[in-house]
Parts: sequence; C-alpha cells; structure tokens
Amino acid sequence: MNRRRYVTQGIATIFIWTGALLTIAVMLLILFQILKEGLPVLRLSFFLESPKEMGREGGIFSTLIGTATLTLVAIVVGAPLGVGTAVFLREYTRESKMSRMIRFGTDCLAGVPSIIFGLFGFVFFVIKLNLGWSILSGGLTLAAMILPTIISTAEESIKAIPYSYREVSYSLGGTKWQTVTRVVLPSALPGIFTGILLSVGRSIGETAAVILTAGSSLVMPTSLFSPIRTMSVHFYILAREGISMKMAYGTGAALILFVLMINMMAQWAINRYIRRRT
Amino acid sequence: MPEANKIAIQDFSFYYDSCRALWNVNLCIRSKEIFTVFGPARSGKTTLLKSLNRLTDLIFGANHTGTVHLDETDIYGPNVDLTRLRRRIGMVFDLPTPLPMSIFDNITYGPRLSLTNRKSRLHEIVEKALRSAVLWEEVKDRLNTSALRLSGGQQQRLCIARVLALEPEVLLLDEPCSGLDPISTASIEETLFELKKTYTIILVPHNIQQASRVADRAGFFLNGELVEEGPAYQVFTKPRDKRTEDYVTGRFG
Repeated sequence: MNRRRYVTQGIATIFIWTGALLTIAVMLLILFQILKEGLPVLRLSFFLESPKEMGREGGIFSTLIGTATLTLVAIVVGAPLGVGTAVFLREYTRESKMSRMIRFGTDCLAGVPSIIFGLFGFVFFVIKLNLGWSILSGGLTLAAMILPTIISTAEESIKAIPYSYREVSYSLGGTKWQTVTRVVLPSALPGIFTGILLSVGRSIGETAAVILTAGSSLVMPTSLFSPIRTMSVHFYILAREGISMKMAYGTGAALILFVLMINMMAQWAINRYIRRRT
Repeated sequence: MPEANKIAIQDFSFYYDSCRALWNVNLCIRSKEIFTVFGPARSGKTTLLKSLNRLTDLIFGANHTGTVHLDETDIYGPNVDLTRLRRRIGMVFDLPTPLPMSIFDNITYGPRLSLTNRKSRLHEIVEKALRSAVLWEEVKDRLNTSALRLSGGQQQRLCIARVLALEPEVLLLDEPCSGLDPISTASIEETLFELKKTYTIILVPHNIQQASRVADRAGFFLNGELVEEGPAYQVFTKPRDKRTEDYVTGRFG
C-alpha cells in the first residue's frame, strides 16, 4: 500500500514536469524559428519606412501605425465599457435575473470565434453605419471582441476586494461612487490592468475580424475613417499570397518584440503600483 | 429622562430577512460616557452598533421597527443625510481594517470625502487625530509608508485615528482589542479614557475584565434582548438579573 503511494507520487511528478517542459519547448521553438528568420531583416529603416511593392520592399511603418491606432481605439472603447459593466455587476446590483443574463451573455460572447465578430462588424459598422473599412469600424469590432475578457477579469478582481474596505469607506461617510472610485477600483486595478493587457495582445494579434472591418490598405492612415493594415494582417497577406517570406518573418519578429516590450513595461508598472500600496 | 442623553433607542427591533437579531431594545446612551454592550456571541451587539450609524443599510434584507434618536434627529427619518450621520457616529471594527494606502491617506480618507482637500489643513487633521489615538510618536516620521506595514495594535489605533479625523460625536467600538496583545490592549484602553473627555463611546468589550476596567455604564445582551443595564460596577458585581449573573460569573458564554 505504501509503495503504491510513492509510485503514484513518482508518476505524477514525471507527468507534471513533462507537461511544463513540453510547453516551454514549444514556445521556445516558435520564438526561435521566427526570430531566426526575422531578426536579420530588422533594421531601423524597416520600422521607419512604409511598405513598397505590396510589402516586397520597404518597411512596415504604416502597418505599425495601423496596429497602434486600431488597438488604441479598441481599448479606449472596450476598457471603460467592460470595467463599467463589472462595477455594475459587483457594486450596483445584486445577483438577479438581469445580472445573470449579462454574465451569460458575456460568457457566450467569449466563446464566439473572431471571424463572427468580423462579420458582425462588417455588416453593422462598415455597411449599416456606413463607416467603411476604417480604423473606427475595426476598433469598435475589436472592442466588442475583447469586452468579455475585460468584464470577467475586472469582475473577478473586484470580487476579491474585501468587504471590509467598502464598509470602512461607507462608515467614514463615503457615497457609493466615492467608495467605488477611491477604494474598490484602485485596489482592483492590478487585476483589471492584467485583463486589459490580455486584450491588447488579442487586438494586436487579430487578423480575421480586422481584415473584414478595417481593410488591408497599405496607405498611411490620415483619420479614424481611413482603412489600415495591421502588422498581423500584413504578416498574413505576405505569407499567404507568397509575396515575401523574408518580409513576413521580419514583421513577425517585430510583432513578437513589440508584444514582449508592452508586457514587460506593463509588468513593471503593475509591480511598482502594488509596491506603493502595500 | 435627562437632557444629557446622546442616543435614545426606543422599542427597537432588527431583522435580517426574517431572522431576528434585536428584540424590543430600549436604551439611552448619555453624553460623554463609555457605555459597554456585552454578551455572548450572536447576542446582537454588532448589529446594535452597526444599526446606529446605519451600516446595516448595506445588507440586503435588513429591516427594523422602532426608533433611534441622535440628539433630536431620528436617524431612520426620511430626511437623514447618511453621509453626515456616519460622520457624526464613527465606527471602529473588531479587526484592524487599514485601507491599502499610506498612513496619511488612511487618516485623510474621511476628511477628503467631503470636508477639505487643502494640504495644510489635512496635515493638521492627521497630526491631531494621530495624537488623540496615541500613535503620533510612533509613525510621525513615516506617514507616507503603507498602513499595511504597521503592527496589529498600531493598525487598530490607526483605525481609531481615522475615525477621530472626522471629529465625530459618538464612537462605536466593536471589540477594538480582539486581535491584540495585552500591551496594545492597554494602550488602547488608555486612549479610551482620554477620548471619553470629548466623545460619547459605545464599546463592545473584548471581555468582562476589560468592560469593568473602562466602562461607566453597561448593558447585557442575550439573544438580541437587552437583559439588564445600569452603572458598570453594579452590573458586573451585583447584577439584578439571574442571567446576567450567570454570564458575569462565567457560568456560560
């Protein structure tokens, strides 16, 4: 009997280690492959020049701007809506038919494939609201797509704030709004921020929904109503249409480096914020 | 009844949904006294305290009958400004509840909500409040460090200081020493004597010894009912009611 316990323990250990190592190995393999092919292409001019000849020559500047503006619109629209919904669910309403409905809705949205969001965005924003293929259409579509992530992460982190914080705030004469903005949200901020960061990653990496709503123009955008091409879409088109694998890998490497940079900066900011408060 | 009554509770019953927490309580708290509310667990002490500054409003399904007057105001009346009421009746909870921010920001949290945002005024408030709670000397050099880094006893005195910063008229203290060591407890009790000069205090004591050390008057609660109230020495040494006697002498509870 005792031996069996140790055998189980041994097998479990091996299993868990294998899982972890495999995951890391796959990740490193992907990174290695893309960086190996892509890094040689990366030069300052690659970032600062716009694509020429469909992307065969030149750089990726306009797609960089496209990615940044599209993501910005998605977050600026999606984050307040999502956090607001989470605050509503946690602080302004009790568990009820309504709150269950909202939660069920977000859970369903979270499982919808992005191409469906793209289709919706195309039909509604591009055609119906006549926004055309544009940063605005794409950004709004992505906002809808990231909403479930932001709502559920924000709700979880708001839920984790001790009841006593709220009680203290009310007992010192705080209104609900003051309690939410001065105690609840600041305490939940690291969690909320993590959710937003995940959403930034998804927005940057999205292709299907973006092609359908923001187009794939390589021309430098001049307003929110300009069509754009994001780096991910650029990568997809370069590779898929066999325009230039070299440039595709370059774009991929740049993409990975940017995401890494954003994550590192965000982690640094979150840690600093947490340290200041505890 | 003498005019010196600060709080008058009349025929007050309190329910959580259909569960009765307080039953027909009649009690007057006099100005600038320490009144201790004691009794076994689940006897309604905390509910009584929280219903006095209407923190019970936060709980869904809570309702009451009867009246509570603070001076002349019916605190459950239709025109009561909850924010103002809670500033007049401050509460300290049984566990230290520092907010995750600096010592300075903890103390100024209340004043900033409605009174003032002026830095110089806030500094005055912080020093005065911390001095009243006998914490100033220990923390004056590190007001900007997080309140979570203070020891348990310091945290609890911080919570007292935070309430004092609003200059309330009544202090509700719900077992303010429950998580503390004897030395911290002693320093908080000393603080209480100091505070009594300016504030009316309702205290749920940590134990009967503490109650008899600090109280002017005392009320014994059992199953939501006020069994007996009177001068502290009388309630603790010559209780009129058999149940109080059993509890005070340690036969149950």
